[in-house]
Amino acid sequence: MSSELAIRTEDLRRVFRTRKREAKKQKREVVALDGIAFEVPRGELFGVLGPNGAGKTTTIKILATLLTPTSGHAWVAGIDVATDPKAVRHHIGMVSGGETSGYGLLTVEENLWMFSQFYGMETRAARARIRELLAVVGLSDRAKTKIYHLSTGMRQKMNFVRGFLTEPEILFLDEPTLGLDVQTARTLRGFVSNWLREHPDRTILLTTHAMHEADELCERVAIIDRGRILACGAPSNLKRDLKHEDVVRLRIGGLEDVRPIVATVPSVSRFSQTAHDDCVEVDVILANDAVLTGLLAAVEAGGGTLLSLEKRAPTLEDVFLDVVGHGFEEPNGGGAS
Amino acid sequence: MSGRSTWTTFWRTVCGRAYPRVIGAQRERSWVFFEILLPLLQVTAYVFIYRAIQAPPEFLGFVVLGGAMSAYWLNVLWSMASQLYWEKETGNLELYIVAPTSRMAILLGMALGGMFQTTLRAVAIITIGSLLFRVPMTVTNVPVLLGVFLTTLVALYGLGMMLSSLFLLFGREAWHFSNLLQEPVSLVSGFYFPVRALGQVIAAAASALPITLGLDAMRQLLFPSMMENLRFLSADVELGILAGSAVLFLVLAHRALAHFEKLARREGRLTVRGQ
Ligand SMILES: Nc1ncnc2c1ncn2[C@@H]1O[C@H](COP(=O)(O)OP(=O)(O)O)[C@@H](O)[C@H]1O
Ligand SMILES: [Mg+2]
Repeated sequence: MSSELAIRTEDLRRVFRTRKREAKKQKREVVALDGIAFEVPRGELFGVLGPNGAGKTTTIKILATLLTPTSGHAWVAGIDVATDPKAVRHHIGMVSGGETSGYGLLTVEENLWMFSQFYGMETRAARARIRELLAVVGLSDRAKTKIYHLSTGMRQKMNFVRGFLTEPEILFLDEPTLGLDVQTARTLRGFVSNWLREHPDRTILLTTHAMHEADELCERVAIIDRGRILACGAPSNLKRDLKHEDVVRLRIGGLEDVRPIVATVPSVSRFSQTAHDDCVEVDVILANDAVLTGLLAAVEAGGGTLLSLEKRAPTLEDVFLDVVGHGFEEPNGGGAS
Repeated sequence: MSGRSTWTTFWRTVCGRAYPRVIGAQRERSWVFFEILLPLLQVTAYVFIYRAIQAPPEFLGFVVLGGAMSAYWLNVLWSMASQLYWEKETGNLELYIVAPTSRMAILLGMALGGMFQTTLRAVAIITIGSLLFRVPMTVTNVPVLLGVFLTTLVALYGLGMMLSSLFLLFGREAWHFSNLLQEPVSLVSGFYFPVRALGQVIAAAASALPITLGLDAMRQLLFPSMMENLRFLSADVELGILAGSAVLFLVLAHRALAHFEKLARREGRLTVRGQ
């Protein structure tokens, strides 16, 4: 309770040993976390941003006492998660994306009440809070609906209410808007920031692979890839650090893949490409304007035509591109499982 | 956390987890067919056999009682032993572990809810069965009968609580295992005839399952004259063994759960869906 830091990790590592079914002897090791260290002060909304397989869920599971670290340390509310998981659980709550928890034959209200009982809440207080939160997320009219009749979005709203119902000191949200429609995701993001405004002493750690979500919600983000933190700071600071370089978006026609061409141009520091029907869109970060001339010449020589060119303010996406070295949606080897 | 609030949370957890079984499970009306009519059909089949061979009328009572008690066994197998596995698949298990409550309280809630749910069915089977086949029952000692019945339930659900952690370790095979256990147990536990008919060795082996001794003791108390020559052990001894195994299963259930949780946190796959 006394700790000023809600979360602290120190050189956190987690290795999974998987046995292949076909060849029992052959063991494979997956390094999910490769020395993660960060601190989250009380009252902060901290984001962990990274592509699939980066280690986000593993981080949350260790902090939420579902996994032990292979080495290193983690403290939640000042308590070591490895040595005293029971004590940690009094301080935390967790909501994951795509959750299918609860019992289908019970109503929304009943399911939420059931989970409140695992936290020892008094029934009357629990009921009042459930009603209040259902209203906030816009699910009041479904309070008496059995949950097997709920859509994915409604279910996730219910899961949010479950997570926030007990007003935990520290909340872990693991890709909470995963698979939701734009409107529902926006409602839930609004809910998170409002809740934190009303409960300024609470802390939220949120993982996401949606850049704009991290940008919009988080006071600070850690960008992780393959189990390592590549950058950490306020989104605005991370973007400002990029300002000395130029972010340029090119649209090129007549080519399907410009990667081999760009590879021949020196000092294009970072690069990502998105294919469209009629063109490819390329984001590049350039050390200076001179590089652009070289790049354009190379594209033309390779048979491409420049359709448009725009310089723009850096986004978190560019920060990611800069620190990770590849675009976000491009495969990076470590698939999710 | 103070001791008092720990206990408050414990009992609230028990009630919370029992709720889906006490209330929710009655909402799907198909249970009347699967859990009352099907067992009654099975009972009827045995009743006709016994009538055909002109067995004494008490045998009809054996069968009706066996039919009712088998409802508990099926509940333990399908809704206790395999339950944590299903909780894992739906994602509830992780939430149970993250919650600041006792996992034993969760299992206890399941067990009490399951007992309630099954008692509705068992009472229906006994009532309909007795009326239909005019079973002659002489209840000599209600408190002892009730004691044997409750001890059997505690032992049986204690076994289920223990198996639930073990089944998690089996993963997908749990379902096949349940299937595998269902028929042989209904045979060797003497659901439809006194277990002694199978010989002392099999009866002794089958006694590892509380339902065997429970049934035998209850039959002795309900049909004393008939069971005099058919009993396996005396009802007192059986009650003693049942009480002992009830305690043993609960202790083992607690151990198995703690072991499972430790293993799950270390291996990182036991709480994960589809693993
Ligand atoms: N239980 C597990 N067994 C084996 N490998 C795992 C397990 N959980 C995660 N991994 C691996 O660890 C890496 C990180 O996974 P995860 O933390 O789930 O990433 P994210 O949540 O960022 O998508 C991935 O390569 C994943 O395949
Ligand atoms: Mg994940």
